Amino acid sequence: MTTPAPAATAAVAAKRGLGAAFIFKKALISALVALVLFSLMIGVRTEAGPEGQLIYWTRFGDLGAMVATVFFGSIAIELLRQWWGPIETVRVIPPRVTSSLALARRAIAPILLIFTFLVPVIFYDQRYILDLGILVLTYVMLGWGLNVVVGLAGLLDLGYVAFYAVGAYSYALLATNFDLSFWVCLPLAGILAAFWGVLLGFPVLRLRGDYLAIVTLAFGEIIRLVIINWQSLTGGPNGISGIPRPSLFGIPLSNTDDGLAALLGIEYSPTHRIVFLFYLILALALLTNWVTIRLRRLPIGRAWEALREDEVACRALGINTTTTKLTAFATGAMFGGFAGAFFATRQGFISPESFTFQESALVLAIVVLGGMGSQLGVALAALAMIGGFELFRGLDQYRMLVFGVAMVLLMIWRPRGLIGHRAPTVFLEHSQTISSDLVKEGR
Amino acid sequence: MDYFAQQLINGLVLGSIYGLIAIGYTMVYGIVGMINFAHGDIFMIGGFIALISFLILVSFGLTFVPVILLIVLLVSMAITALYGWTVERIAYRPLRHSFRLAPMLSAIGMSFVLMNYSQIAQGARVKPVPPIITGGYTLYEADGFVVRLSNVQIVVVVTTIVLLAIFTWLVAKTRLGRDMRACEQDQTMAALLGVDVDRTISMTFVIGAALAAVAGMMYLLYYGLVDFFMGFVAGIKAFTAAVLGGIGSLPGAMLGGLLIGLIETMWSAYFSVEYKDVAAFSILIIVLIFLPTGLLGRPEVEKV
Repeated sequence: MTTPAPAATAAVAAKRGLGAAFIFKKALISALVALVLFSLMIGVRTEAGPEGQLIYWTRFGDLGAMVATVFFGSIAIELLRQWWGPIETVRVIPPRVTSSLALARRAIAPILLIFTFLVPVIFYDQRYILDLGILVLTYVMLGWGLNVVVGLAGLLDLGYVAFYAVGAYSYALLATNFDLSFWVCLPLAGILAAFWGVLLGFPVLRLRGDYLAIVTLAFGEIIRLVIINWQSLTGGPNGISGIPRPSLFGIPLSNTDDGLAALLGIEYSPTHRIVFLFYLILALALLTNWVTIRLRRLPIGRAWEALREDEVACRALGINTTTTKLTAFATGAMFGGFAGAFFATRQGFISPESFTFQESALVLAIVVLGGMGSQLGVALAALAMIGGFELFRGLDQYRMLVFGVAMVLLMIWRPRGLIGHRAPTVFLEHSQTISSDLVKEGR
Repeated sequence: MDYFAQQLINGLVLGSIYGLIAIGYTMVYGIVGMINFAHGDIFMIGGFIALISFLILVSFGLTFVPVILLIVLLVSMAITALYGWTVERIAYRPLRHSFRLAPMLSAIGMSFVLMNYSQIAQGARVKPVPPIITGGYTLYEADGFVVRLSNVQIVVVVTTIVLLAIFTWLVAKTRLGRDMRACEQDQTMAALLGVDVDRTISMTFVIGAALAAVAGMMYLLYYGLVDFFMGFVAGIKAFTAAVLGGIGSLPGAMLGGLLIGLIETMWSAYFSVEYKDVAAFSILIIVLIFLPTGLLGRPEVEKV
């Protein structure tokens, strides 16, 4: 190797110097913008005083800290960006690493499944971990349910929590008013939620993309507002309490003579019910997964994917987009209803507070993070998301802030999701002679 | 009839506020083709900044109300506009060529960020302010029933009309407005003809945010309170207004805003207050089913 010519070295040095000036200038501008943005919102704090009159006090220390954070953060980001190179930079990964990565990818699903089955055995004494596991699995199930609508059919649904609420309230009302058992109510809750899914599906058939998102959001809010205001039926903001616990096909999991523990001749422990709930939601989630995987191989699943890729082409090929969309909505809603019924029986108490827009956004974020369409990705994303929420439990009010920031960064950095991808199940081996990109008009 | 007249006035005032927010939605949708989900929260931020600057001015000993209002208006417009610019710069510009749903999801994230940011910065409790503009006129009085037009209502409506006039002039007559209309039609062609597309889009967000700040300030004046959650529902209603008027159409946004304000007020007055939000959201769904292009919108032609 020859040493670089002096001129080239000077040019590199000059470029570096210029780079430093550029970074400094950019950081300074960011800090100035931050100063103006935060000046009143952080620099001044208002609160209602003792006589109800608003008072304010200044917090210039916090303001200075925030501006300094933005300044140094901007420098750090710019340095990272220069170190990484342009976004499109492809890092060459050695083949050995690639092959072991592929192996790991294939092995991860079975390992995860076996581990999940063993969780109640390993952590039998740790109630906290079991409860957390149930929560994660609930969101895995919700994520897989929404994945049918968003990931497979490509219909952005911001009101998924409505079906969750319908399922929960269906079970709660049927069980408390008619004494129906959980196993009778579970399918009923699913059917009712699916019915609401079709009901929502009909009006939005003609809408696409953003409009669809807003209408589903409005629908979710309508359901929530009706639940809050229809006090005679739903108990309004107070919710419904005393929802019966599930039984193992008629055998109650209680400390009585006809309870499961007495029948098996073992000592009763409240953990039995937790373990039972854990396996119940695991079974429900796996059912969701199995149905989705099977459906993907049926014509209807293929039609969903085709609809996601190109609706116009779909119609041109004679696919009935109406039934395709409605079945996607109904299927997704049904699983949401199942999950809702499970939620109601686990909590024993439900109120409209559990079914806010935040919940919809959380499930949607799980699906997006998981890569929209990848089953394993959604499961891992649910684990990461709910686990992350638990980590931030101490910083309760910062939780949603971090969640929002993560969502924005994720869209910028990896819009197709961290894990997995959403390639169609079937595709042509060879690319077409004329790509559709080339014949698109009006772009 | 008197009751109806009073509700008509209240509805028009509320509608002006919705209309100002709706313009932000409709402009951004017209140019970038995305729903700026965080716009409702920009409106909320505008309300907060108006509140804080108002408090500071009062504690400095200013008592002449028109001067206070003018300064508060300018300060909240300027700072909120910078919020709009920053949101676009951070959350939307890097995604302009991403897949279709990406900006929408990013906007939802941004909405959470703004909402929780103001909750952390200013606390979760509702912030009440004493009435700043008092007094009013009695238009009509009969049988013990009074139709009143308060000074606040006059201020809200007059401010809205003045701003709309300025804004219409801006879009119709200035270089920036021409650039905006060009970008709305064809960004590539506009760029080829020397229009700075990035700057034009930034300015769209800035103007939208400034109008939302005015709406936030009017909300503060009219209702006398702000809280961190008010942007969500107001945002959806303003979006409904934009859709009702025909998204992409500026007079449509204002018309839609007035209609939504009237419908909401009349619904509360004659049916039930509890279900007023349900009524507004139902209108969104109904409009999209039967009139997807809105009242003054153009049909969207889909090219393959």
